[in-house]
Amino acid sequence: MLTIRQAHAKRVKQRSITIAVISTIAAIALVYFLVPLAPGWPAVKKSFFNAEIFIKTFPTLLDAFMLDVMIFLWCAPLIAILGLIIALCRDVRSPALYPLRLFGAIYTDVLRGIPVVLIVYLIGFGVPGLGLSRPWNSPYIWGSLALILTYSAYVAEIFRSGIESVHSSQRAAAESLGLSPSDTMRFVVLPQAIRRVVPANMNMFIALQKDVALLSFIGPVEVLRQAGVYKSLYANFTPYVAAAVIFLIITIPATRFADHLMSKQQRERS
Amino acid sequence: MSKLELINIHKSFGERKVCSGINLTVNDGEMVCLIGASGSGKSTLLRCMNLLEEIDEGEILLNGEDISLPGLDPQQIRQQIGIVFQSYNLFPHMNALENVMLAPRRTHKRSKDELRPEIEELFKRFGLADRMLNYPDQLSGGQQQRVAVIRALAMKPKIMLFDEITSALDPELVAEVLDVLRQLHREGMTMVLATHEMSFAKELADKVCFLDAGEILEEGPPEAIFSNPKQTRTQAFLKSVL
Ligand SMILES: Nc1ncnc2c1ncn2[C@@H]1O[C@H](COP(=O)(O)OP(=O)(O)O)[C@@H](O)[C@H]1O
Ligand SMILES: [Mg+2]
Repeated sequence: MLTIRQAHAKRVKQRSITIAVISTIAAIALVYFLVPLAPGWPAVKKSFFNAEIFIKTFPTLLDAFMLDVMIFLWCAPLIAILGLIIALCRDVRSPALYPLRLFGAIYTDVLRGIPVVLIVYLIGFGVPGLGLSRPWNSPYIWGSLALILTYSAYVAEIFRSGIESVHSSQRAAAESLGLSPSDTMRFVVLPQAIRRVVPANMNMFIALQKDVALLSFIGPVEVLRQAGVYKSLYANFTPYVAAAVIFLIITIPATRFADHLMSKQQRERS
Repeated sequence: MSKLELINIHKSFGERKVCSGINLTVNDGEMVCLIGASGSGKSTLLRCMNLLEEIDEGEILLNGEDISLPGLDPQQIRQQIGIVFQSYNLFPHMNALENVMLAPRRTHKRSKDELRPEIEELFKRFGLADRMLNYPDQLSGGQQQRVAVIRALAMKPKIMLFDEITSALDPELVAEVLDVLRQLHREGMTMVLATHEMSFAKELADKVCFLDAGEILEEGPPEAIFSNPKQTRTQAFLKSVL
């Protein structure tokens, strides 16, 4: 049996669910009926939401997307490692190693200050322009390098914020036991820091998965470029919509998961 | 055999003078208690003793050797002087056993298997054998503080420093931690503690030092300090806390 209070709480909850459902349906219906009334809608529907072309191009686009995934998979670990190294450079305290600190600061400032697409162009066209022989003129290598350099700068800043978030009393405790500064970093600070910034880094890597498409500008036939090829072939934009759908299949669950981790951590800390 | 002597210690943070000419001798097996108002410099003095803070002037002699000389390896020295803080500072991502094993493993280059028996022995000695595999957030404040003591002891220090280690604890948990100090005193550990537990200092201290504005204003056996303080500031302080 429910108490009076529980019964009341249950009624209130049911009511708010009902209201939410009704208003959502109303909003969708509004869009569904109003948008087709726009004068340009038939043309837009034909060139962006053409079911036939969607079905025809989707499998090949999915194949092309595997190349995006591959590029992501070899870039991601390198970004994590380089990002960590740069973050550690920025944390060194000994005056003899000041040049490392300076290098870390310049690296993160410069690479975060230039649009990714510009770096992709500069490195992706610039370096092979030196006349290197195969395989060193491959756009895969230099395009990936551009992504690795840019993203490691962002990831380094995330790691650094994690390192700084570990309270100084933890370092003091470790050092008072006679641990060396490097052991203190490795066994005490980093494990806590890395754990704290997992959600922030996940968001960074989701952004990376999207930005892999920028390599289409310098050659590799990944999903965006493949969609462009189809667009020209069929004189229709639906392949771009299909490509967007493919990205969403990956990025929405990943974003949700990162948000979930983030709020879980926030709850744990409070 | 361990003896710690502080000779004319000076320490400032910028303009702020926190230790001005402190002299203190801690003999082998002695328990010395530092008392004094908050901000009088107790923590800073303890932190200077194991080189977490660098002193501006003076000498810190451990068994006659000056450990404060520039150029000495601070890690080497800290391994001989343990310190326990008010806020436990256990490593939250390691269980109690790992917390204790980390420093001996890394600094003495000994394997886990080799260390395990003696570390287990330590946990047993302080009644925490059944808590070894718990993480800090699964332990009460009193248990965490005892693990922190064990962690410092695992380095086999010659001297132990304690900085108000019961101040952050709920009243009912204070006793178990004080018992650990009693036990260490019985076992002959040389120790210096900053404390607000006056009755504990009265009961066990060999010497009590009253710190005021970075100076030891008055020192002596607990009977003298507590029942018959000479300085008016000591009298006022004791009146406010007793
Ligand atoms: N790292 C620091 N930087 C600047 N001032 C400090 C620092 N640590 C302590 N102090 C100052 O030194 C004085 C003594 O502090 P402390 O040693 O913590 O005293 P106690 O432990 O007796 O309360 C205080 O006024 C405090 O503000
Ligand atoms: Mg203090």
